[in-house]
Amino acid sequence: MKLKEIVEKLNLEVKSAPEMLDKEVTGGYVSDLLSDVMANAREGNIWVTLQIHQNIVAVASLKEIRGIILVNNRQPDEDTLQKAIHEKIPILVSKLSTFELVGKLYQLPITS
Amino acid sequence: MLKIFNTDLHIHTCLSPCGDLDMTPKRIINTAKSKKLDIIGICDHNSAENVLISKKIGKTFEITVIGGIEITTSEEVHLLALFDNDDDLLKLQELVYENLPGVNDENAFGLQLVVNENDEIVRHNQRLLIGATKLTIEKCVEAIHSLNGIAIASHIDREGFGIIGQLGFIPEGLELDAVEISPNITKDKLTVKKFPVITGSDAHFLADIGKTWTQFSLKEPVVKEIKKALLKTTLKI
Repeated sequence: MKLKEIVEKLNLEVKSAPEMLDKEVTGGYVSDLLSDVMANAREGNIWVTLQIHQNIVAVASLKEIRGIILVNNRQPDEDTLQKAIHEKIPILVSKLSTFELVGKLYQLPITS
Repeated sequence: MLKIFNTDLHIHTCLSPCGDLDMTPKRIINTAKSKKLDIIGICDHNSAENVLISKKIGKTFEITVIGGIEITTSEEVHLLALFDNDDDLLKLQELVYENLPGVNDENAFGLQLVVNENDEIVRHNQRLLIGATKLTIEKCVEAIHSLNGIAIASHIDREGFGIIGQLGFIPEGLELDAVEISPNITKDKLTVKKFPVITGSDAHFLADIGKTWTQFSLKEPVVKEIKKALLKTTLKI
């Protein structure tokens, strides 16, 4: 499923890299520990987290993650946003909690 | 006889992947001098490979450089470790390296430069310094103390990598020597009353050096004396 479709269906606020929304999302990963994401996230994943510091962009870029969804309406730090624009990593914000958001992702279905 | 020392214990060099490339020891020390700092701490992420050169340059410019490391614990908490003795510092670095998996990706995370006294690049550190070690915070504090260093939880007011943000609270029985607050808040905003509070810049750019500092009253500018001062907690912020 294209990232754009996920943004529309889950009503996500696009904070950076709207030009990258045509990319295909093949699965998802949820974690707030960056070392865990580095070890276990896969290319093509959408990543759900509440971390908002700039290292999330570096990790997403390294792992070729399609986009980062921030939960609970958490806003990225300014330097995170600048880095995301520069690295072309879409940061998307949801008002939902992680639990609800992942439930909705599963229904889309993003299930792997 | 106690003297007042303006102290910024938390400065990164160009060895930290997120540190600006202008952060060479020579420029850091020049900037610290111009900001009227007496003591600076060099604490790069999970490495101390620019410390010895910084100390050497510090001597020339008559500014005290204290060697340290900012460890990322397995819980992804940032912890400052500061030492008087270089051998102790290097032993801690060895322990950190043994427990730090991964290789740096310079494009994703940034360059990790070890430099000499002329600001020339000696080598690129290849380790994943931005990563987390496999050492728990308890283990880190224990190791630091066994090597005669002091352990200070970094920027505890910040969510990212601050101990309270990562763990929810400071674990019972954790023997920190102090907690650090970032330039973003003042001491009266803190709810932690158990530990002495210092403030440091966490500078990654020259302009941030000395953005905030701690005044210590010390007999001489060494970690051993700082430890005593922390126990007295007559610190001004």
